[in-house]
Amino acid sequence: MRGLQHAAFGLKAGPEGSLALKGSSMHRNPSRPLSPHLTIWKWGPHMLVSILHRVTGAGLAVAGGAALVWWLLAIADGPDAYASFVEWTTWKWSLIVWIPLTWALFQHTLSGLRHFVMDIGAGYELPVNKFWATMTVVGAVLLTALLWAWILFGREA
Amino acid sequence: MTMETPLARVRGLGAAGAGAHHWWLERSTSIATLLLLVWLAVSLLRLPSLDHFTLVQWLSGPLGAVPMLLLVVSVFWHLKLGLQVVVEDYVHDEGGKLFWILVINFLSVLGAALALFAVLKIAFTGNAG
Repeated sequence: MRGLQHAAFGLKAGPEGSLALKGSSMHRNPSRPLSPHLTIWKWGPHMLVSILHRVTGAGLAVAGGAALVWWLLAIADGPDAYASFVEWTTWKWSLIVWIPLTWALFQHTLSGLRHFVMDIGAGYELPVNKFWATMTVVGAVLLTALLWAWILFGREA
Repeated sequence: MTMETPLARVRGLGAAGAGAHHWWLERSTSIATLLLLVWLAVSLLRLPSLDHFTLVQWLSGPLGAVPMLLLVVSVFWHLKLGLQVVVEDYVHDEGGKLFWILVINFLSVLGAALALFAVLKIAFTGNAG
């Protein structure tokens, strides 16, 4: 396995998209499919969304999980503990946590829904796949902007 | 002597060595979490206020406490499964993998237990407690 990974690292696309194997004289057929590796594939939205899904998932797991526990324990603890929770969570600089966290929730939800579509075997055609991958990113940013516009400016009006 | 080929022994097991079970649970908990988060958002929007008294009142009733307990279980179950996949995919050393999976299991059970305790306390003691 190690040797195989090593060979994959040696593969680089040449100037005309042809493949040259570095440090080996082994013959390779350039028309054969390659193992999916970040250093070989041309970047596309599907790769970004795949990575975002994992990063936002990990972020939500840690920060979202902690926030949920904190909120519930504060309510259970009584009015004083809850008041201190509210003071911390409505402090204006805490938006540095809440805005990315809500974005992560929207991104993870939308890319998660995309996973369901792909789980049933649909949406793999290149233009369709690219379109919906892009839409999860656009949608998550849009929903985050709308939510915070409403929280910060909408409710007082 | 077994007639089973090595391929037949590993087919469908994947990096976690447990086949599609983990995958299926991850999907199930993701649907549950999504539905319960929609419930949470709608419930919070429908509450007349988000002060302590109102929240305790809400979580003392079965329509507040029970979905909240389910939400805690499904959120922590889902995040445990998700973090586990990340470790299985990126931590290649067996010892490190075991260590991080233990950490994830312990912390997600701890988080869930704390949250469940909080909801149960609110549900059983309410505003009198």
